[in-house]
Amino acid sequence: MTNDKRTHIGKRVAQELLDGDYVNLGIGLPTEAANHIPEGRKVVFQSENGIMGVGPAPAEGQEDKDMINAGGGYITAVPGASFFDSATSFAIIRGKHIDVTVLGALQVDQEGNLANWMIPGKLIPGMGGAMDLVTGAKKVIVAMEHCDKHGNPKILKKCNLPLTAPHCVNLIITEMAVIEVTPQGLLLKEITEGYTLEEVLKATEAELIVPDSLK
Amino acid sequence: MFQLISAEEAAAMIKPHSRIALGGFLAVGTPETILDAIVEAGINNLHIIAITSDYIGKGIGKLVDAHLVKSVQVSHMGTNKNIQDQVNSGEIQSELIPQGTLMERVRAFGAGLGGVLTPTGLGTIVAEGKQIINVDGKDYLLEPAIASDFALIRAHKADKAGNLIYRKTARNGNPVMAMAGKITIAEVDEILEDEYIDPEAVITPGVFVNYIVLSKEGRK
Repeated sequence: MTNDKRTHIGKRVAQELLDGDYVNLGIGLPTEAANHIPEGRKVVFQSENGIMGVGPAPAEGQEDKDMINAGGGYITAVPGASFFDSATSFAIIRGKHIDVTVLGALQVDQEGNLANWMIPGKLIPGMGGAMDLVTGAKKVIVAMEHCDKHGNPKILKKCNLPLTAPHCVNLIITEMAVIEVTPQGLLLKEITEGYTLEEVLKATEAELIVPDSLK
Repeated sequence: MFQLISAEEAAAMIKPHSRIALGGFLAVGTPETILDAIVEAGINNLHIIAITSDYIGKGIGKLVDAHLVKSVQVSHMGTNKNIQDQVNSGEIQSELIPQGTLMERVRAFGAGLGGVLTPTGLGTIVAEGKQIINVDGKDYLLEPAIASDFALIRAHKADKAGNLIYRKTARNGNPVMAMAGKITIAEVDEILEDEYIDPEAVITPGVFVNYIVLSKEGRK
């Protein structure tokens, strides 16, 4: 993914993280959002290996081998941070104490089903904390590229990969668009400047509800 | 009350086919000194319960590299090519478990419970073959407790009562695994000689700890 796309998605995700929110960012693209939180807005980041209050990566040479996030990257802790064991960490997650989780996806469909952990026949790395996160967080945001690396749509009528959880996604943010999962289906909320409605529709297999304002 | 033993004595207690609940997350907070002694002793056909599969040459990776592992229950093994290869070749049997479910299943065993009810995994392949129980109108999966013979954990400091504190994110699954071993062996940086850990600050009460091994790892 180009840096431009990455930055755009990160900035747009950051707008969804509100003052006072407790947030879990998945590995990879979702972590970009942490770099774009507006000044003065207090968002507290959890990492599921056992910390609330993740700070920026340490300066080179300042790494502490006992301070990592769930992706294995070195982190710091912000003032007010806490450490806890993994059962407590997932009590926080599963018990609906996390306001927003942001994850990547292999596929999302128009019922809000999410597939992001396994491709049958290929190596299966494991679901890690993803199933608990999408089951327990109050709001689930998928942050991803609109299409896969071959240009095939990832927003489908129906996921055909094994699900991470059914009916769990609330919002999809890509470089092309912002799409909300509603009881009526997928509602196109925004088209990124530089893209047309036709381009978004062509890159999306699922049916989109297009409001008049975007036609 | 705990006994102070060497890593070699710890390894000698563990027999082939033992079920081991192993602390750590991506090789942070793994009891490397004890793992080295197990590799040295060549204890094989082990069943390992762990959150991640760490890396080649680190944590559970040391056991895998030495072909000492027969089966695993883990939530993730994407960081260790050797375990992937041994799973793909059939040498290691694996069960992938959502991380929160894994922790609760381990904790349940340590807490004397038969299992837990969780919504995680409903509507996915994780639910296949499992009983669904409805409580107050909501469905949950019945997930059975995971038994272990030994818990091998890594803590920062112990006191003479066996109470433990951990260091930063090296705490991770360790306090949970500590509850679940029929025999729990903690590797620590030091045993406090002249003071006890403030009872308000104890993370793992000494009642869970049977043996302590001093770590050979340097900690800053």
